[in-house]
Amino acid sequence: MRSRVNRLRGVRDDDLDAVTHLHDPVRRALYDHVVAQGGGVARGQAAAAVGVSRTLAAHHLDRLVEAGLLESGFQAPLKKGPGSGRPAKVYRRAPAERSVNLPPRDYTVVAGVLADVVETLGAGEQAERVARRAGERIGAGHAHEPVDAVLRGRGYEPYADGDAMRMRNCPFHALSQNHPVLVCAMNLALCQGLLAGMGEDPDAARMDPRPGECCVTLTSINNDD
Amino acid sequence: MHLAQMNVARLIAPADDPRSADFIDGLEPINSLADGAPGFVWRMQADELDPRALIEHVDPMVITTYSVWESRDDLWNFVYRSEHMDYLRRRREWFEHMRDPYAVMWWIPVGHVPTVPEGFERLERLRTQGPGPEAFTFRDFYEDAEATAMPRHISS
Repeated sequence: MRSRVNRLRGVRDDDLDAVTHLHDPVRRALYDHVVAQGGGVARGQAAAAVGVSRTLAAHHLDRLVEAGLLESGFQAPLKKGPGSGRPAKVYRRAPAERSVNLPPRDYTVVAGVLADVVETLGAGEQAERVARRAGERIGAGHAHEPVDAVLRGRGYEPYADGDAMRMRNCPFHALSQNHPVLVCAMNLALCQGLLAGMGEDPDAARMDPRPGECCVTLTSINNDD
Repeated sequence: MHLAQMNVARLIAPADDPRSADFIDGLEPINSLADGAPGFVWRMQADELDPRALIEHVDPMVITTYSVWESRDDLWNFVYRSEHMDYLRRRREWFEHMRDPYAVMWWIPVGHVPTVPEGFERLERLRTQGPGPEAFTFRDFYEDAEATAMPRHISS
């Protein structure tokens, strides 16, 4: 893996460079739009959403691809046959994680070691109980707030899917790759605790994994009150 | 090349005990889910006529699942990104905690039908020698050189 680590800062220069590309407000709005749509966003669509010209949107989207923050691909036009045009260039978020902590911090190594300990001890049940309590404490600080806003604030990127609320992002993704069962079970317990702490029904959160998304789905949450 | 996987688990209670009922009841729907999953190639069945029958090995409390997939992603998405995951989450209700590795995978030529002794040989290799190209895990995964040299639509 290409990785330059600045010896003075202890931060990957690649990550720092990538994040600085979001400084421009238009570029940042385009990035946010692509992320919120879950991918497959064409240039014209992104331009309209942000309120800039298609040419300017294309320029910034391609700079975000160069920076490694987005990926591009081609999508066949919906209409077939003559006059339907070329495949459209579409954008989605790149899978690589970027992290800049100043002063340098590294919690993932410790989290991985602790997850190994839990699995070695067969202590998954205790880990889920602790995760639930952690969720309850967090939720208690957000009582009577809209559930989707609280989840968004914690990085889950929720979106409506029929009557259910699904979540595009797993905030614990890197850890879950090495410890999928432990991390997803703890995440479910955390979400249930969060709902309980907020005064919502904890059983609205259930395990329903799909490729590329969070493993938890929320059903029958009333966001109107 | 295809990816073979086998895992073993030790039941807490016999298969006909009420404590194992939720697990046994889940066999048919979850096996059907596997059969229809993208990249699924084959799975071993104890009894083709009885979807609730378990593959035992020596000890009736030790059961195995054994299957073949087109790729790591296909197997991963079935195991961890489908309804199967909720059964994994609940596994301690039905199975004893195992300190030794209990799941192993390895590459096989397309069309090869692996046997139970072959699977236990791979698991033993993983347990005694650690992960390597002949016996590995999701976490310590080994790509097959031949499989990765060709795009999937040509190799499968």
